Amino acid sequence: MIRCENISRTYKIGDDEDLTVLKNINFTIEKGEFVAIIGPSGSGKSTLMNILGALDRPTGGKYFLDDRDVFSLSDEELAEIRSEKVGFVFQSFNLLPRSTVIRNVMLPLIYDKKCPKIDRLEKVNKSLKEAGLEEERWQHLSNQLSGGQMQRVAIARALVNNPGIVLADEPTGNLDSKTGEIVLETFKNLNRLNGHTIILITHDHHVAEHADRVIEIKDGEIIADKKKK
Amino acid sequence: MLFSDLTEETLFSLLSNKSRSALTILGIVIGIGSVIAMISIGHGATQQVTSQIESLGTNLLTVRSGASRSGLVRGGMGSASTLKTTDVEAIRTNIDNVEAVSAVVSSQKQITAKGTNTNTSIYGIDTYYFGIKNIAVSLGAKITEQHINSKSKVAVIGPTTRDDLFGADANPIGQKIRISGQEFSVIGVTEAKGGTGMNSSDDIVYIPLTTAQQYLTGSSQTVTTINVQVASDEFMDTAEENITALLLVRHKIADAASADFNVMNQADMLSAMSSVTGTLTLLLGAIAGISLVVGGIGIMNMMLTSVTERTREIGLRKSLGAKKRDISSQFIAESIALTFIGGVIGVIVGWLASFLITYFASTTTVVSYYSVFLSVGISALIGIVFGYYPAQRAAKLDPIEALRYQ
Repeated sequence: MIRCENISRTYKIGDDEDLTVLKNINFTIEKGEFVAIIGPSGSGKSTLMNILGALDRPTGGKYFLDDRDVFSLSDEELAEIRSEKVGFVFQSFNLLPRSTVIRNVMLPLIYDKKCPKIDRLEKVNKSLKEAGLEEERWQHLSNQLSGGQMQRVAIARALVNNPGIVLADEPTGNLDSKTGEIVLETFKNLNRLNGHTIILITHDHHVAEHADRVIEIKDGEIIADKKKK
Repeated sequence: MLFSDLTEETLFSLLSNKSRSALTILGIVIGIGSVIAMISIGHGATQQVTSQIESLGTNLLTVRSGASRSGLVRGGMGSASTLKTTDVEAIRTNIDNVEAVSAVVSSQKQITAKGTNTNTSIYGIDTYYFGIKNIAVSLGAKITEQHINSKSKVAVIGPTTRDDLFGADANPIGQKIRISGQEFSVIGVTEAKGGTGMNSSDDIVYIPLTTAQQYLTGSSQTVTTINVQVASDEFMDTAEENITALLLVRHKIADAASADFNVMNQADMLSAMSSVTGTLTLLLGAIAGISLVVGGIGIMNMMLTSVTERTREIGLRKSLGAKKRDISSQFIAESIALTFIGGVIGVIVGWLASFLITYFASTTTVVSYYSVFLSVGISALIGIVFGYYPAQRAAKLDPIEALRYQ
């Protein structure tokens, strides 16, 4: 599913000054895994997430997503990969304001050429059910929802294209611990019951504990890769 | 991205910012509306001038005597008394393809009636004049051969002169008017032809040619103007040349440049006037066009603000799989929608404005279809031009940066 071979990412910050954010990243994630990538802020985990989500390209090494070499793809092809294979869940939800839940969840489908217009609503309903949002909220505007509900809308949006991987960047960062727990349960269920591959990026060990596998990175390098049991 | 999705997204985002969209549209409405209204004024002027010149008679050549000179002082055109009654006869007999020739003696005089007076043009005319100039009488009679032969002191007056002297719609037949101390009796009123200003044929007093020569100019031989009606359009140029040649010979002038008369072709007049009104239309249109450009800048301003405000949304859409083209077409579509809506409303407003101008300022306006299509086209073009830069800016945003934008 995901294969990282010696990935590195450096930024040019001066004429001959480089900042290395990631180096020698090697791991593979199989379909159906629930992985947490954990590290303190500045460790490079967000950069790694951007690369995994095809928002960014590595400057060295190779990244294969479904056996496609992401490094060699054009911007347009990256957009297609994001549309078909990746679902993002952000810390700050990033829902469209003044729009209904259904419109928000449908948003990725309008950029997906392969999804006919008549199938859209069905897909939206399915993923909203998977994300566990109560049906009476579906017609509500996104800004009338609580934080936990918003994040479940965002999860439904990430799932609607039936992507290969769901990338969640600090999904509980803006939620209180109780709601955070519910959201994490949602992820767990999606993984267990629906077989989605989930990659959770966090700095919080409590959050990471929910995953089956924890990859720890520090200063741009993997320092631990542990599977539970 | 499907076209139906694009229109949906566009409408949604325009409606979610109603007042801003409305104000931006207003800028375009004013721009397009004023272009339509201004061009309609210009076209109206063209049409009015054209129809006025055409109403003066068709295929008309006008011969006027040249400027008088006394020492270094040069008088106005027609002030010299170089055209003679014999010239009129010569043209009548020697020039081919001439339908009618009419001699006119004109001057500007004070006219008095019972207790009122006015200053207007006095035309001493022969019996051909009304025919050539398409003038009909609405009341009373025309000037006849007999009036001319007997130098009768009779007058046919224009409707405006009638209104000035006797009051609107009064019947002046049989009333007396005084011109230069001579008493004339009114025998007819001409039909209104419209037109205003110096050359209005509604504000004229017509008297027999011979009477005018005797009492007003004091010379029974000279005429001020000779109107020649040519049989058809195609003979205009040859007739003009032949008349010039004939008169040069008769006046014993070798060099055409120092001719003591001047032949005017109606077609020349028409093209001269329409080039004036064409310039007027262009000028008015250009002034209105400035407001259209300002409206376009308004669009650009709104789009740029909107791109900045929606940076995160753009980042999100990109992370969900939107391509550069999807993002740029969304913003272009928004600006085209703004200008298109503005354009359509602007056409209606401009139409209404020109109607009101006609109604209240009694200026002829003509809204031409081409100006309507032109301005709607221009407004859509403005949408593309002024929407392009903001749209490109949005499309080029880096999704990672955009998602992080606060």
